[in-house]
Order: sequence, then C-alpha cells, then structure tokens
Amino acid sequence: MNMPLLEVKNLSISFGGLRAVDDFNLSIEKGQLYGLIGPNGAGKTTVFNLLTGVYKPTDGAILLNGRNITGHKTIEINRDGIARTFQNIRLFKDLSVLDNVKLGLHHRYPYRTITAVLRLPKYFKQETAMDERAMELLKVFDLDGEAATLASNLPYGKQRKLEIARALATDPVLLLLDEPAAGMNPNETQELMDTIRFVRDKFDMTILLIEHDMKLVGGICEELTVLNFGQVLKQGATKEVLSDPEVIKAYIGE
Amino acid sequence: MGKLKKTTKQELITCGIVVLFYIVITILDKTGNLKSHTKGLLVPICYYATAAVSLNLVVGFLGDLSLGHAGFMCVGAFSSALFSVAMKESTMPAGLRFFIALLIGTAVAALFGFLIGIPVLRLNGDYLAIVTLAFGEIIKNILAAIYLGKDEAGVHISLKSFPLQGEGKMLINGAMGIQGVPTDSKFLIAMLVLLITLLVIYHMVNSRTGRAIMSIRDNRIAAESIGIDITKYKMLAFTVSAAIAGTVGVLFAHNTSTLTAASTYFGYNVSIMILVYVVLGGIGSIRGSVIAAALLYALPEMLRGLGNLSNYRMLIYSVILIAVMLWNWAPAARAWRERVFKSKNKQKQES
Repeated sequence: MNMPLLEVKNLSISFGGLRAVDDFNLSIEKGQLYGLIGPNGAGKTTVFNLLTGVYKPTDGAILLNGRNITGHKTIEINRDGIARTFQNIRLFKDLSVLDNVKLGLHHRYPYRTITAVLRLPKYFKQETAMDERAMELLKVFDLDGEAATLASNLPYGKQRKLEIARALATDPVLLLLDEPAAGMNPNETQELMDTIRFVRDKFDMTILLIEHDMKLVGGICEELTVLNFGQVLKQGATKEVLSDPEVIKAYIGE
Repeated sequence: MGKLKKTTKQELITCGIVVLFYIVITILDKTGNLKSHTKGLLVPICYYATAAVSLNLVVGFLGDLSLGHAGFMCVGAFSSALFSVAMKESTMPAGLRFFIALLIGTAVAALFGFLIGIPVLRLNGDYLAIVTLAFGEIIKNILAAIYLGKDEAGVHISLKSFPLQGEGKMLINGAMGIQGVPTDSKFLIAMLVLLITLLVIYHMVNSRTGRAIMSIRDNRIAAESIGIDITKYKMLAFTVSAAIAGTVGVLFAHNTSTLTAASTYFGYNVSIMILVYVVLGGIGSIRGSVIAAALLYALPEMLRGLGNLSNYRMLIYSVILIAVMLWNWAPAARAWRERVFKSKNKQKQES
C-alpha cells in the first residue's frame, strides 16, 4: 500500500477558548490536486499556518512522507519539503524578479559569505548556476522577459505566478496555495487554472489549495475537504462534495 | 549574465570615484595647493564615508533603524588606542602596530555588535532604534568613566580615580580619556579602509547573503516561508556593520592624540549625523552614502572660511540639508527630475 504524501491526524488548535481548528484529518496522495474550501472564518488559513509551522498545534500530528514534522519551525518546514504562497501576495517587492526566484534557490547553492566577499571561483560558479536555474523557472511561467523588473512593478497576475515560481524554486514535494485566484478576473482565473495544472504535471507536484472560487475548485481539484467552524464538514471526490446538500447549506445558507 | 555585469559596473564606478578623489587630492597636495585646514579634513572624510556605508548595511539593506553606530566606533577607538599606547614604547614598527590596532578595534566592535545584537534584534522599528541609541550612550558613558592604570603592583581598573604606586602610568584616565595615542591614521590608509569596506559591502550585497538580508527587509514572513534564517542574517548584517564602525573608531582614535569618550565624538548626535549621510545619500545606495558623507562632512568645515558669514554656518548647513532632502525625496522634485533627465527609475538600480 502506498503511503500518503501528507497525512494530518487529529490536528487541533485553540486560541484562548476558541477552537479554531478541531480534530482535522487529511490524507493527500502524491501527485494529487487537493482543495480545501469553506466559508469565511472556517479555519482554512489556520490549517495552512499549522502545516507551515507558523502556529504550533495544540493536538495532533502532521506527517510528510511518513516523517513526523509536527512542531517544526517555519524555516525547517520549508527544508522538509513544504512550500507555500500567500493569500495577500508576499513578494520581495524591491528586488528584481530574478532575485526573488534566486532567493527560493538559497539553500541549494550554499556558498558562504566569505566566498562572496573574496569573490572566489565558487561564487561565480554557483551564481551562474543559480541564474540559469532561476531563468529556467521563469521561462516556465513566461516571466523570463521581465527578469530584471522589480517584483512590485509586475502586473497582478504575474505577481501570483512569480510567487509560485519562487515557492517551486525551494524544490518542495508539496505546494500550498492560499487563495491563488483572490482578486483575479475570470480570464486571469482561467489562466491560473491552466498554470496550476501545468505545474502539477510538469513538476510532478502535489498541490493543496485553499479557494473561494467554486469554478476554479470544481475545475481542477480532484478531491476536496470542506471546513466549517473549524471542523471537517465533508471530505471526498470533488463532484460528490460540491453536490452535497450540507455543503451547499454551509455556503449558501438555508 | 547582464545582471552581474550591471552590479559589477556600479561597484567599479563607485570605487573609481574614490580612487579619482585620492589622485586629485594627492596631486593638489604635491603641487602645494592644499591648505593645512583642508588636509585635516581628509582622514575624517574617509572614515565618516566608511561609517555611512557600514550603517547603510543595517538601515538600507536590512531595513532596521540603528542609532548606536557611534557606540561601536567608541569601542573600536578605545580598544585599539589602548593597544597602541601600551605598545608605543616597544620595538614594534609603527606600521605593524597600527595594522594590529585596526584588527583589534574591528574585532572588539564586532564582538560588541554580536553581543548587543542578541537582545536588540528581537525588536523592530522604533523600539530597535531606541534601544540601539541607549546601548550607544551606555558604551560611551562607561568608557568616559573608566580609570585604567598600570604600576608596580599590577594593572588596576576602577570607576573612581586612584593613585598609582611608584613608577606607573594611567592608560585610561576617566573623562580625560587616553592620552598620547600615536597619530598613525594617514589619508592613504583611511582611503584603503574605505575602499576595502566598499568592496566587502558590495560583494556581500550582491550575493546570496545580501539577497537574504534584503528579503528580510522586504517581507519577513515570505523570507521565513522559503527557509531564510532571519536571526542568522540579521545578526550577520548587524555584526559586520558594527565591526566596520569599529574600524572607523580606530581611524578616529589614531587621528587625535587625546582620545576622550565625549558626546561630540561618540554621542548619539554622531550616530544621527551618520544616519543623515545615509538618508540623504539615498537609503540602500552605497555610492550615495559615500558622496553624501564626504560633502556633508566637508561642507560646514568649508563654511568656516566665509568670514563674517561663518557665524551662520550651521544655519546654512541646515538649509542645505533641507534642500537636498527635498531634492531627493519630494514628489514634485522627483517628477521634475524624471522629466528633465528622463532617467527611468534609477532609484533602486544601484545597490
């Protein structure tokens, strides 16, 4: 039997008296495109923050490839193999597009500060390799023409793409996308859906995404988990979940 | 890659300006066109430019407001001067002695930067500014109160004045400071220190280390999410900056024969003066720091020669500061410059 890539068991967190996420279970297979949906305030982003070590869970365990990563710090989680994007785009806005991606490659080319200061051959070798790798990634997202542009000068849709490129540069096994379609028009959303699918196929990536846009979720996710008030309301194949009366009720009301 | 070439070009231009400045000054000096008053400004110009460049690493690239730079200069100055005074009678050649003094001042300031950085760098923004300011003042005030003497009974250290037994020597004499520091700081050496600092900072900034430091400035949460060790790079930037401030302190100490920890030299107003150089030169612009420091340091000194007007020199100085600030940052002035010079957003290009 195959071990799931990500396994979350009985994950819970309380803030004061509020149980923001309660007994959350999740199992994602390698290569899956998985959606996490739910009304506002359901605890979706909290789940992401738990998975990426921003919050420490009160209870429960997170296993990545069978390895327990519960309680790891954010920077360790990234090295464990989880990369993420943010709901409100977080780029290094005063750095170039190329530098943003090169920061994602930071740990794969680990020459030391002294090597840089003395400009030893290793510096040039690794910087060149970094440039090449970063340009490859940018090309995949059709951003190679804007490598020298400041990240803040990119149009919105391209900023989203750059954030995904930067996350992929860290060479993750699991990619978390937090509301990637937020603030996009239908055309941009359509393009984003293609990009996400493309990333999954091209990089053989496992993707977990939070989304409000039902069209996007219905269009690309294979399985869904619906959260409501911090608890799992429904879990299963996309079609079934989306036609479930309870889910519809939670979203649209009585 | 085109990018690499561009940053290398920036670096070469800045170092070129500095070398050119040295050549011009040397020619003027050799042909006897330099007043002794002007000559006295050369070493300070170099070390304040160095100080501005090093502060820019923290303020411009790391994005933290540090107001304790003069404190680190003070540490570097006193530790190195102590060494030089103690070694003055020995047979060590002056060049070697000053080289070791430079290393000592730099290392001690780096150590202080590291130790102070541990608690201080947990803070952000205004809090960090206030606490660094306080640390700078504490260092200066302690050094102004220490008495260190050596006599037949050994080495004594105290916060109160004490008599020496038999043949002895006061090394640090409280508020009177250290006397008889050899004046080893020469224009050439100060220039070399500035050039080396420029190379170190440029090379650091244009590397994975520099990118990591700037990523913390731009978006701390995102930096963490891609595995950048925030604490490590904050400490690194802060320590390197403090170390170079220490080197500046060494140059300062060996440019005056009597070194005192007075507010005029090491108070928070000096930290703020260096910050003014950084801000006016353009935050995150290394070349800007050098040019602003050189001009703004020389300006009030040059205004001394204005005869009657020299009474108003600090007034003129402040007016010029405001004018430069407006020219650099006021939206209207920037729009006008862009129209006239057609420079497309050169602000961020350098760094």
